[in-house]
Amino acid sequence: MPPRQSDHVTLSRRALFQRTGSGMGALALTSLLEPAILQAATGAAGTAGHHFMPQAKQVIYVHLVGAPSQLELFENKPALVKHDGEPVPEELVAGQRFAFLRGELKLLGTQFKFRKCGQSGIELSDRLPHLSGVADELAIIKTIHTEEFNHAPAQLFMQTGFGRFGRPSLGSWVSYGLGSENDDLPAYVVLLTGATAGAGNSLWGSGFLPTTHQGIQFRSEGDPVLFLSNPSGIGTEQRRRIVDGIQELNRAQLVDVGDPEIATRIDQYELAYRMQTSVPELMDISREPAWVHRAYGANPGKGSFANNCLLARRLVERGVRFVQLYDSGWDHHGGVFTGIPNKCKQVDRPLAALIADLKARGLLDDTLVVWSSEFGRTPMLQGDREKVGRDHHKDAFCVWMAGGGVRGGTTVGQTDELGYYPIEDPVHVRDFHATILHLLGVDHRRLTFKYQGRQFRLTDIGGEVVRKVLA
Amino acid sequence: MPSPRSAKKAVVTVVTRRGLLVATFAISGPLSFCAALAENPRSQETRLEAAAVDYDRDVRPVLARSCFACHGPDEQQRQAGLRLDRQDAATVKLDSGARAILPENPGTSELVARIESDDADVRMPPPETTPVISPDEQRLIRRWIEQGAIYNEHWSYVQPQRPPLPQVRDREWPRNEIDYFILARLESESLAPAPEADRARLLRRVYLDLVGLPPSVEEVDRFLADSSADAYERVVGSLLDSPHYGERWARPWLDLARHADSNGYQRDGFRDVWAYRDWVVAAMNLDMPFDQFTIEQLAGDLLPDATLSQRIATGFHRSTTVNVEAGTDQEEDRFNTLFDRVNTTGTVWLGTTLECAQCHDHKYDPFGQRDYYRLLAYFNNSPLETEAGDGSRREFVGPKVTLPEPPERQQERAQLVQQRKGEKQRLDEMIAGALAEQPAWEAQMVAVVGEAETNLPPALVAALAVEPDVRTGQQQKVIRDHLLAERPEIGKLRTEMERLDKRIAALEPQTALVMQEMAEPRTTHVLERGEFLSPGEAVRPGVPEILHAVQEDGHADRLSLARWLVEAENPLVGRVTVNRWWAEFFGRGLVRTLEDFGTQGERPTHPDLLDWLAVEFVEGGWSRKAIHRLIVTSATYRQRSNVGAESHERDPHNELYARGPRLRLDAETIRDNALAVSGLLSPAIGGPPVKPRQPEGIWRVTGVVDNTYTVSNGEDRYRRGLYVIWRRSSPYPSFVNFDAPDRASCVVQRPRTNTPLQALTLLNDPVYVEAAFALAARVLRECPDDATSARARYAFRLCLGREPNDRELLLLCSVANEESARYADDHQAVRALTKGHECPAGIAPVELAAWFHVATILLNLDETITKG
Repeated sequence: MPPRQSDHVTLSRRALFQRTGSGMGALALTSLLEPAILQAATGAAGTAGHHFMPQAKQVIYVHLVGAPSQLELFENKPALVKHDGEPVPEELVAGQRFAFLRGELKLLGTQFKFRKCGQSGIELSDRLPHLSGVADELAIIKTIHTEEFNHAPAQLFMQTGFGRFGRPSLGSWVSYGLGSENDDLPAYVVLLTGATAGAGNSLWGSGFLPTTHQGIQFRSEGDPVLFLSNPSGIGTEQRRRIVDGIQELNRAQLVDVGDPEIATRIDQYELAYRMQTSVPELMDISREPAWVHRAYGANPGKGSFANNCLLARRLVERGVRFVQLYDSGWDHHGGVFTGIPNKCKQVDRPLAALIADLKARGLLDDTLVVWSSEFGRTPMLQGDREKVGRDHHKDAFCVWMAGGGVRGGTTVGQTDELGYYPIEDPVHVRDFHATILHLLGVDHRRLTFKYQGRQFRLTDIGGEVVRKVLA
Repeated sequence: MPSPRSAKKAVVTVVTRRGLLVATFAISGPLSFCAALAENPRSQETRLEAAAVDYDRDVRPVLARSCFACHGPDEQQRQAGLRLDRQDAATVKLDSGARAILPENPGTSELVARIESDDADVRMPPPETTPVISPDEQRLIRRWIEQGAIYNEHWSYVQPQRPPLPQVRDREWPRNEIDYFILARLESESLAPAPEADRARLLRRVYLDLVGLPPSVEEVDRFLADSSADAYERVVGSLLDSPHYGERWARPWLDLARHADSNGYQRDGFRDVWAYRDWVVAAMNLDMPFDQFTIEQLAGDLLPDATLSQRIATGFHRSTTVNVEAGTDQEEDRFNTLFDRVNTTGTVWLGTTLECAQCHDHKYDPFGQRDYYRLLAYFNNSPLETEAGDGSRREFVGPKVTLPEPPERQQERAQLVQQRKGEKQRLDEMIAGALAEQPAWEAQMVAVVGEAETNLPPALVAALAVEPDVRTGQQQKVIRDHLLAERPEIGKLRTEMERLDKRIAALEPQTALVMQEMAEPRTTHVLERGEFLSPGEAVRPGVPEILHAVQEDGHADRLSLARWLVEAENPLVGRVTVNRWWAEFFGRGLVRTLEDFGTQGERPTHPDLLDWLAVEFVEGGWSRKAIHRLIVTSATYRQRSNVGAESHERDPHNELYARGPRLRLDAETIRDNALAVSGLLSPAIGGPPVKPRQPEGIWRVTGVVDNTYTVSNGEDRYRRGLYVIWRRSSPYPSFVNFDAPDRASCVVQRPRTNTPLQALTLLNDPVYVEAAFALAARVLRECPDDATSARARYAFRLCLGREPNDRELLLLCSVANEESARYADDHQAVRALTKGHECPAGIAPVELAAWFHVATILLNLDETITKG
């Protein structure tokens, strides 16, 4: 592959919200990509940036911040329940480092029941009654493992493939590779519930990619996009007149100066003006019918995970490439048996509704829905029997995918009887990344960006597509 | 655009790419590049045939791209014992009996046979891996071997020599040495430079470049009226002497230093680091020579009799992020900090990406893993920067210095402490008084309890039932708390004292983070695969073998490293530094990859100019201001940038410099400029960070950290962007929209994007709305009786320096007049718009509303946020 060049000046001409099928946007975008892609883009609409036929066009990526316990939700381990309270077999933990656990370690069995669900019969916790209803859509990877065991570094690792700051996020890579399919919205939108995750805005940052590819946070309070609202006293008409004035003077400058950057700026002012209408319309979920609100458990006017799930559907409906939901509050060092049910009540119904809703609208085939966290929880008890919790666990935890190109109703990989280590089909975070890109029609080895003399990839020097999750 | 000397090669590459395109289009679906090539119509004959092949320029990039991963410096990855990056190794007889390269004999060189083979089993590189070597490149390698396979060293590792000035035909144009190099190149391309920019535009350009602020209308007028030959040079001199020069130039340096006011990661708490920022500003204003500037920042603490200022300078490497998340492995985090220090040092002073060598020998550049850990050893002797705190918390600690305080501050604190003492005494007296009455009060209480149902708390009732001399501590406390709670004056005094405590805490002496050596140095090991849990061979501090030797007078410490970096023999530091400055002025470096001067980086577009500047810089005493003066007084810099579309089409990136620079301003400067032209800007320099207005709810970090954002009072809201508090997890939002980084890691060059979020920021961010009102009010206040056109002209000149042309003036006047007419009959609209904004005395609010429209238009112009 010919080296791609990181050209700040060229990049500056690139719009935040590019079209894919046609026009200058597509050319500008795809000039970033390798020539093979450029040819595909200009030759056939809708296939910009793909290395091969995509299964999914869009992603809704849910990250549960703090790391929910896989042992309470997805991993049924009767042996762990049977040996509850007993010391951990020495060979499992010899030489291991833990964030908090010290001294003699004891096993902790779950208090929740698991049920076989759907036709596939995959097992889910009884704390997830709604997701159980769409179990046949899910492909659960039970053996994902990461390299970091503290929140912020592990969040960075999960989102950027690197445990420290400075690399582009998965969503940015996707935006860089595939662009947007909506003229009026960003390619990569982020929605939060609760506090910002420990690693902060860098989780959706663009690293060394152009900042046009960073995730744009849509907010449930105040302006949905920062600075979207006109100042008080300025209505749509006044705003139009002001923009007209700016544009007229900018056009005169363009003639005099000849810098195409001015032409881009003129376009961006028009787009900004359109966004002032399109984004509030998008964010206004109150017009959704009541049954939709009921299905999701959404409550217009308040920020909630359910509202964000509904917004996610509205975003993918409008062609937003990568929608990311963060939900905080899953760090159960103590109170795991009370905390998990509480958090499940907040996310179980809306996620199931989202999947069912996408399916009913024919969007699920094109949309990849992902559940992840930065790591999992230990099979061992943290704290005392009064305040039962689990510590951070990086060696095996669960993520799932549903939708476009995913073989629903499957599980991939198996851990030992205590759920400590993978014993079959271990999946590294990089494999997970490679698989997501693959489903989007992108070869993770060929999605590269040259920086500091090196061709960087999301998957660095690793990554194998997890074939077993593919339909 | 490729470098001049490799221009022809690039043509070849482009052709090759087209070939690929055709093939790819014909075959749908996944395909390897080999398959593509098989169908690739032969590319055109190159124009290279006759030229001498230069290894570093022509051959190395091909081998580096396609071969070095397995046949390069990395011993671990080396296949078949073959190493192609050095002549001695590449020409040796291999186990197979063949030689990869036999100089002057391409026909018997195995390398040639392999890369040209049609047999997939024989062909190199293996089809499934790295990019294939194109037929043109194959011919190039053939001819290089034919010509003797001479390996010359990579250009940037060879010490620069001052090149002679090139011959130029137009002797009139050059104003200084820079111009000879630029003009020679232009003439070779049959191009002429653009005429000099008009004076008002030029003045604004040089103001923004040297002090980051626009010239006032008076300064423009004075300059326009000054017909002396050296008028411009005198302006440049005064700008270089301005205290705002250091503020302007601190910004890119602080990006390199990843300087921020918070720790980063989870629990993104705050740290006191502003003294380091002020040190940078002061050092730049003093034009501290760059060698000293380097030494003080990397090792100021190790200088003999280090001054406080020299210790504060070492804040450079205390700016690393630190994870105080509760479960952090301290040693792992310490190594991450060390890695960052090594990598940042490599990027800033050597223009080299050392990071690869953290885990293995560098695959492309001549830096081994041992080199990496020898460098790391220089930094491995500083004390821990986190420690376990209460419970599961970790605390950010590490060496600090206490800053001198102004006497008023000391006095104020002493006075508050005194006041608190008095109040404490009063409180004690009140409590004693209350307790004296306890028996009587208790009797009363008991009576109340005895009488009937009470709503007294059960704990109190229970405690009262116990005989006084057998009550537990807890019971005594319950009674006492209740007694005291009945005296409101006690509660009030306590609240007052808490308030005092806060004020006293805020006046505690301030500190700065510094570097410091431990008495007992740590041993540094090479870390296998970069894993801190896998220490290998122990290493002593040392510098990369490929570069000049380090001078050690018995010590191998940060000071010897710092001195080594700025020795005149260092082939990189001068080039890397002047190149970064060049990019600040012109938008891109003479070497486009500012962060990488290694073999994978770009070659300079004007190699002789780069070397000339580097030598001038080092030999001229490392003066930043001298180089800046040279650049801004050159004819190259003084060219017009408004030269029409044709010039942009011919040279989109202005690589040949046939026109002046035209670049969007950086985030902070856009805000500074808006505040300056509207008259809001505070000129105050230095001090703790400030908090201008930002939308609610931006700070919402996890964990035990204060997320309250209290907007600064008074002029602190209008300080320059340099002083705005920088929280890594959520930097100031309008800066983020204009490409400011999170400052969590070293950033050499910010991108320059052009997005709708930028339009929304300038149109609606309350800071810019306020600036637009202030600009409108300023125009109305300063031109109270003038006609619309005079006001419009003044407003325009405030923003852009130059005079408006007729069309521009007409548009602004018609906006003012039409909006005045609209608002004249609509007082409600006027009130809605102008509410909360000050209207100058004697000016009708209708006018303010109308001129707000004009001001908003002006502040949003592309030209306003551009240096042109």
